[in-house]
Amino acid sequence: MSEAGIIEVHGLTKTYQVGDVEVHALRGVDLQVSKGEFVAIVGASGSGKSTLFHILGGLTPMSSGAVRINGRDLSGMTNAERTELRKTTVGFVFQKYNLLPTLTAEDNIRIVQYIADREMTFAPGFQEILNLLGIADRLKHKPRALSGGQQQRVAIARGIVNSPAILLADEPTGNLDSENAAAVLKLMKDLNKRLGQTILMITHDAEAASYADRIVRMRDGRIMMAEHQTN
Amino acid sequence: MLNNLIFANLGHRPIRTLLSVLAIAVEVTMILTLVGVSYGTLDQSAQRNRGVGADIWFRPPGSSVIGLSTAPLSDKIPALLMQEPHVTFAMGTMVQPLSGGFDSITGLDIDDFTKLNGGFHFLRGGPLVNDDDIIVDEYYAKQKNLHVGSTVNLVNHDWKVAGIFESGKLARICVKLSALQALTGNPGHLSQIFVKVDDPRKAQSIVDALKLKYKGYQIYTMEEFISMISINNVGMLKNFIGVVIGVAVVVGFIVVFMAMYTAVLERTREIGILKAVGGSSALILNILFRETLLLALLGSAMGIVLTYGTQWLMKHAVPASLVQETVYGWWPIVTGIAVVGALLGVVVPAMKAIKQDVTEALSYE
Ligand SMILES: Nc1ncnc2c1ncn2[C@@H]1O[C@H](COP(=O)(O)OP(=O)(O)OP(=O)(O)O)[C@@H](O)[C@H]1O
Ligand SMILES: [Mg+2]
Repeated sequence: MSEAGIIEVHGLTKTYQVGDVEVHALRGVDLQVSKGEFVAIVGASGSGKSTLFHILGGLTPMSSGAVRINGRDLSGMTNAERTELRKTTVGFVFQKYNLLPTLTAEDNIRIVQYIADREMTFAPGFQEILNLLGIADRLKHKPRALSGGQQQRVAIARGIVNSPAILLADEPTGNLDSENAAAVLKLMKDLNKRLGQTILMITHDAEAASYADRIVRMRDGRIMMAEHQTN
Repeated sequence: MLNNLIFANLGHRPIRTLLSVLAIAVEVTMILTLVGVSYGTLDQSAQRNRGVGADIWFRPPGSSVIGLSTAPLSDKIPALLMQEPHVTFAMGTMVQPLSGGFDSITGLDIDDFTKLNGGFHFLRGGPLVNDDDIIVDEYYAKQKNLHVGSTVNLVNHDWKVAGIFESGKLARICVKLSALQALTGNPGHLSQIFVKVDDPRKAQSIVDALKLKYKGYQIYTMEEFISMISINNVGMLKNFIGVVIGVAVVVGFIVVFMAMYTAVLERTREIGILKAVGGSSALILNILFRETLLLALLGSAMGIVLTYGTQWLMKHAVPASLVQETVYGWWPIVTGIAVVGALLGVVVPAMKAIKQDVTEALSYE
């Protein structure tokens, strides 16, 4: 690839210090993602997938290496600039949903619109997405009153409502039945194709991975190989 | 949107919210009650002095505005004063503070008093006749449940209630001057002298003339004296209010500090989520400060309402000695005090909140 990717990772390492023990979560990751790509990241539990996402989104500081998002060096950014990055460029769907427990599903989505200074109304297109996700009639409920799968779909809606240039989705279908999973995957594929959003998706499911343009495999904090799909 | 979140947060922990509001309310009530009692008591005292009908107030050297504890004036002075130009009448009284409270007992000559201002208006009973007679105002009678003919022991002496008069003139509890002088071992002595002049508008120049002659004595026009009966001129009271406000602010600070500190701890994860979706430190601070402000304002409003409760209590439990006014001017002041105390309390928790590491916060259960 001659053109620089929207995400560029070189020699990225991350070591967690747990007491006296050093946990090497990432041991030198190299990864390039072009604008508009849909990449699936697969790998065993503990291989460092979530850690990679947290670093890409500026939530966790890296130990060494270089990460560039949209041409900007992440390690050179201040905390405020990394917050700004999440506000304007990078959307998250967390493995653990991370919804605000005191707010209704609707307000959980609206608050990211508020934070990003967007208008706090749901456009018709987004309303359709809520229908598609099957949560349109659950919006007035608080997370406590929603099933795991429903919470996950609210988290997805929150992740995409501002149409971020980069969407980092950590096992977005992990808690969904095959029907709902298919709806979510089709939706992501559609956003990727229609809006040209760059999507990175962590998954354990081969079926889910097949929606991506490319599958990146991780093992023990390294990237094993990349395969291009034909679909 | 933020207000949504704030109400949701406060509503999510109703007990703690209520306790915080209540604590701030108690802080506010404490201050307002103290201020109200100070103003009320002083105003009443001013009003009673106005009711005396004198133009000049003559006091011994080195005495304070409130609290007449000794009787160092000779009872020859009124007669001397009456020989001064423009002075039409002078009457001395003796004041003996009663232990355990703000009340005092006044010894006076009821005929002189009547000459000065027309005398008391008796609601029941009549004036002092015998040496053991005592007359009290309606509030004191109500507070102590006294009726004409009741016996009351004051200054180690049993008095018989001869009359109950309408409040508002000089004192609340009066006995014969000679009786009080004898009882307290001060025969021939007075605490203060009230002077009436032919033209009240000239009171100031007469005071000036008297001051030249009676060096060291404290001589004021009545108006001057009444204007001195204010909180700022009563040093002890001013300091006392200062101390109570200080304590109240510290209490408010501690309560809010604890409430917001635990709120921040409990909400570690939520704050992490807000940051993870792009919420800035300013946003987090905004939420915490608004929440605190809301607590302080609710607490102040509740405190103001509670103050009417203490006012009712004062009126029905101790009507004579303590009068609590509603001092509207202090509502904004006390609200300001509560807000400042609360905002001070949230500073440290807020700093902790914005310093938290996001991923650690997200893994916080
Ligand atoms: N905050 C942390 N402190 C210490 N060690 C951590 C922390 N987060 C992750 N790790 C460790 O880093 C390694 C990689 O974790 P990570 O969550 O990235 O794995 P993962 O690939 O997402 O796994 P899974 O598929 O189970 O979600 C693991 O060994 C994990 O225990
Ligand atoms: Mg993970």
